[in-house]
Amino acid sequence: MKVDISKLLQKKKTQILERWMTNQMADEILREDLISNEGLRNQSEELLTKLVKLVNDKNITEVQSPDFEPIVEILAGISHSRARQGFSPRETGFYIFSLKDALLETLQEEVKNDPSALYEITLKVSKLLDSFSISTFETFIKGREEVILRQTDEIAEISTPVIRVWDGILALPIIGTLDSARTQVVMENLLQEIVESGSGIAILDISGVPAVDSLVAQHLIKTVSATRLMGAECIISGIRPEIAQTVVQLGIDLSNIITKASLASALKHAFSMMRLEVKKSTKENFSL
Amino acid sequence: MDRIPILQMGKFLLVTIQVDLYDRLALNLETDLAQMVYKTGARGVLIDISALSIVDSFMGRIIGNIGTMSKIMDAETVLVGMQPAVAITLVELGLELKGVSTALNVEKGMLLLRNKIDSFSETDIEEQDDSSAE
Repeated sequence: MKVDISKLLQKKKTQILERWMTNQMADEILREDLISNEGLRNQSEELLTKLVKLVNDKNITEVQSPDFEPIVEILAGISHSRARQGFSPRETGFYIFSLKDALLETLQEEVKNDPSALYEITLKVSKLLDSFSISTFETFIKGREEVILRQTDEIAEISTPVIRVWDGILALPIIGTLDSARTQVVMENLLQEIVESGSGIAILDISGVPAVDSLVAQHLIKTVSATRLMGAECIISGIRPEIAQTVVQLGIDLSNIITKASLASALKHAFSMMRLEVKKSTKENFSL
Repeated sequence: MDRIPILQMGKFLLVTIQVDLYDRLALNLETDLAQMVYKTGARGVLIDISALSIVDSFMGRIIGNIGTMSKIMDAETVLVGMQPAVAITLVELGLELKGVSTALNVEKGMLLLRNKIDSFSETDIEEQDDSSAE
């Protein structure tokens, strides 16, 4: 006996949807905080309608068939939005697997009199849905990667602010590891700000840099050289004892660069370079 | 043939480069400047490159040459107005323009030149602040 899959699905569509919904609801990992039951039902119904409409005896064995493109598209949309909402991979995967369970249960009921036909159709349906779940996963991971990339960009942007500490003095606290990409951002921000503010002195504070190796040192030297080419002087501050130790051990030559242990002493040096003096007010009734 | 104008301002020569320099023009500038420094007995050369958006390694070398050349004729060279992008490119190329002083703009460059020449003529050891612009 041959089973007409499309007719069968058409006939049993409501039943499958009910089963699928029950499956999803029954699972304890259902995330009611992230998606409402109503939303889930609409999502599921849309997908199932498409599936019932598109699947037939011919294309069920060809999982790559272009007939399934609309379904893959819907799935991509769902998993993409789930990746952003913060669903776990397991929860996203379960969405498709529970549909598979519902389909197989229904098939079993319908074709229970013919084991060999049941076996055949089960295998086909199973393969098709596995392929769907793989594509769901792919887009899920892609969505997650996008989130990570965006956050990386944001961190790079936020973590290198250029501060005007005094008229003519800029400070740039660097937090996190300096790699080539970040050095580029740091350099661009600093040089741009030097042009805009007309500052003659820039203080590069590396107290927030966890480790300095020869590559990081090279990046620092590059930044200092670029600042000098523009006509400003660069002071590196925040050199912790561990950093000083590694710099010496690695044999990095920082003797052409003004280096200070703390931002305060760098600022002091900058003041003396600009011939500025900071004095304590002598007025006695000065309230503070 | 195109030439970059060289203006005399008292003891200084002022060169403002307003067009993108091609190699021939840069070489001409080098020759002209050497002549002018000799002829006028200038004590300082100020080169403004604020209008340049591209400086290649050849240009970098020419600027370095101008610096060395003026130095042996007893004139200081100050390069002013370098764009951030140009500075980054030069550093990436490994050109640090040693021997050429830099300043942010023409005004600051003039001040720097004046300071340098004063400190040299008076041979005053007290004046040691020039390290700030080296």
